Amino acid sequence: MQFRQMAGLAVALGAMLIALLPASAADYPAILAEKPPKLLSEYGFFQDIEKGAGISKPSAGIVEYDLATPLFSDFAVKTRHVHVPEGQPAKYTASEALEFPIGTALIKTFAFPADLRHPKDNVRLIETRVLSRHEDGWHAAAYVWNDEQTEAVLKIAGKRMDLSFVDDKGEKVSFSYAVPNKNQCKGCHAINGKITPIGPKARNLNRDFDHGAIQAGGPMNQLSWWAENGLLAGLPDTGVEKAADWLDESASLDERARTWLDVNCAHCHRPEGPASNSGLFLTRGEENPVARGIMKRPVAAGRGAGDDQFDIVPGHPDQSILIRRVSSTEPGVMMPELGRALTDKRVVDMLRQWILTLH
Amino acid sequence: MRTFLVAAPLAVLLSAGTAFAADIAVRPGPNAAEKLTEALIDAKQGDTIWLGFGRYELTDGLSLDVDDVSVRGMGPDSSILSFKNQEGSGEGLLVTSDRVVLEGFAVEDAKGDGIKSKGSDQITFSNLRVEWMNGPDEKNGAYGVYPVSSKNVLIDHVTVRGASDAGIYVGQSDGIVVRNSLAEYNVAGIEIENSFRADVYKNIARHNTGGILIFDLPNLPQQGGHDIRVFDNESVENDTPNFAPKGNTVAMVPMGMGIMVMANRNVHVFNNRLDKNATTHVLVAAYPNDYDDDNYMFVPRGVYVHDNDYGEGGYAPDGEVGDTISKYSGKPVPDIVWDGVTRIPEWLSWTAPENRVYVDEKEGTSFVNIKMLSQLILPWSTTPDTDISAYKGSLPEPAPVELPQDKTS
Repeated sequence: MQFRQMAGLAVALGAMLIALLPASAADYPAILAEKPPKLLSEYGFFQDIEKGAGISKPSAGIVEYDLATPLFSDFAVKTRHVHVPEGQPAKYTASEALEFPIGTALIKTFAFPADLRHPKDNVRLIETRVLSRHEDGWHAAAYVWNDEQTEAVLKIAGKRMDLSFVDDKGEKVSFSYAVPNKNQCKGCHAINGKITPIGPKARNLNRDFDHGAIQAGGPMNQLSWWAENGLLAGLPDTGVEKAADWLDESASLDERARTWLDVNCAHCHRPEGPASNSGLFLTRGEENPVARGIMKRPVAAGRGAGDDQFDIVPGHPDQSILIRRVSSTEPGVMMPELGRALTDKRVVDMLRQWILTLH
Repeated sequence: MRTFLVAAPLAVLLSAGTAFAADIAVRPGPNAAEKLTEALIDAKQGDTIWLGFGRYELTDGLSLDVDDVSVRGMGPDSSILSFKNQEGSGEGLLVTSDRVVLEGFAVEDAKGDGIKSKGSDQITFSNLRVEWMNGPDEKNGAYGVYPVSSKNVLIDHVTVRGASDAGIYVGQSDGIVVRNSLAEYNVAGIEIENSFRADVYKNIARHNTGGILIFDLPNLPQQGGHDIRVFDNESVENDTPNFAPKGNTVAMVPMGMGIMVMANRNVHVFNNRLDKNATTHVLVAAYPNDYDDDNYMFVPRGVYVHDNDYGEGGYAPDGEVGDTISKYSGKPVPDIVWDGVTRIPEWLSWTAPENRVYVDEKEGTSFVNIKMLSQLILPWSTTPDTDISAYKGSLPEPAPVELPQDKTS
């Protein structure tokens, strides 16, 4: 780990921090309720929701975190929080999501600023999704914020919302945003048919984050911080993989592209995932070139394939079905199938560049 | 309520401890989409969700992930799920749970596939209609009824029209019955791909590009399709020009293909009626493309074609495949065509009896073995073999496929 020295600092502050962390999962009993509460405020994750504080005041033991490369969600600004029960740290795993204990909640809030060029101004909260770890596995629930921004209400059947924002070029974008229904959550969050978190893998958490809300001292490595503060056990001293930030042009194109595909596609496109039947496996660790899409013919792509014969034709992005599918916004063609209505042209450009370098 | 009485004891048996099986009715109307989505999510084991008379306008795909649930409508022309304005999801209805019965409704104009099941055990599609109402169009969804990676699949009395790939498509599944169904105006009528143990019988496949396809493809989690019986079907007048997007495997299927067997092991084609298929009635072929997969067998192993009824055919061979065949066979193309592709070791020596292609048809049936070498479209003999009597013989027939949910057969 790069940040052992800063972790030392955290130890010094540890005693103070313990006081801030909750005593047990009982502090948030709603996490383990058989049916998810109707209102987000009932969990108690955030204070003063009814006064319009939104998610700006996390309660004790609700820790914000960040990912190196996130899943694209129509340019939504996403804020992630985790609650890990005191005394039961998550277990480190090298390649999958960390093994969180019963009573854990992963809380992700989707918001849109009026203008993407000013992401902190005029932000409208859209939905907060909660993944709760029960004895029988993870349970998913999505809460939609009201217009007054004073509460978010459970939506089992999902919801479509007409949204608009000004994009990075100053153009107005209007689109239909989809809050997923409970089954759609599982459409992505499933391994061997069981709901599974996607984001919090060690490699994707392995980056600096400013825990300023809880602890002063500037940014430090998240995994170290989690380990020092009882959220994570078994973190090795060395050899922890580090996912690229796909926007970081100092990283290799191959690393950026494969990390982006891993985060955005591999939750389905893996042998244990909902798209196993495609034979296209986009996990970062997949080494079989055909399984990764190189000169792989589609099997059930339908019109998603268009006139193209192969998922990835090295050197030829225009002949690669992958580019066609990440560019499209048409249901039946676009990939991922769920969770987006817009195209991130920066992603398409990056993947095109990457395919140009393949041979 | 007959079905309710059947379902309730089953549910008690399967999920002791849950509440009684319930009937949940969802009627068309302004909030029907949300109610139906919620009903499918909230369903408990043993429940039946009833669809009323009328149209349900849906903007997003539906999905069911609860075991032992039935979704029943008032009939395939009475309860209609319309996805004409679909904005999201890859299919109309997705089932990912076990022991599910879908019966008596229609899915229209899905943007992707019509009804898909993934990883289901004991999935029944009965008395359904899946249709793209604008007729054949490459912008239509790929598959009508689409069980994949599933076990114990029953497709009975289903109608599919307008799919831009296959109307009824069963992929990478095990234990399959497709019967009494109608597939028309699709690219492929019925397709069984990379699947084990399938009985396809008493279906009508007409006005598709190709009627019935039995395919096996490389680089997939399940391959080596085997033990398939295709019998008592009508595959006739398959006269719709191929409208599949060119990237699809079925884009190579020529217009006027009756039954096509590509790769696979132990496939039995018998008692079918074939008529007015302009390319050929029966084609047995190797996988024609390059591939990189050591575990894949690209030539058909053990195919037995017998006692079929052949009408007029082969009079207008279509596309690249039709051209290649007719170049060597002449026109009209014979009733049965085998590309004759052999693995090189076998070409040099012989093919074991269980791996051969056998043809036993009534007198007057025409046949050609084009004798192509390996995967190259390149005949090693300029004299195709048309002596049907040299291919006489038989293979032991696989046992009928029995499905736990199919008590009536």
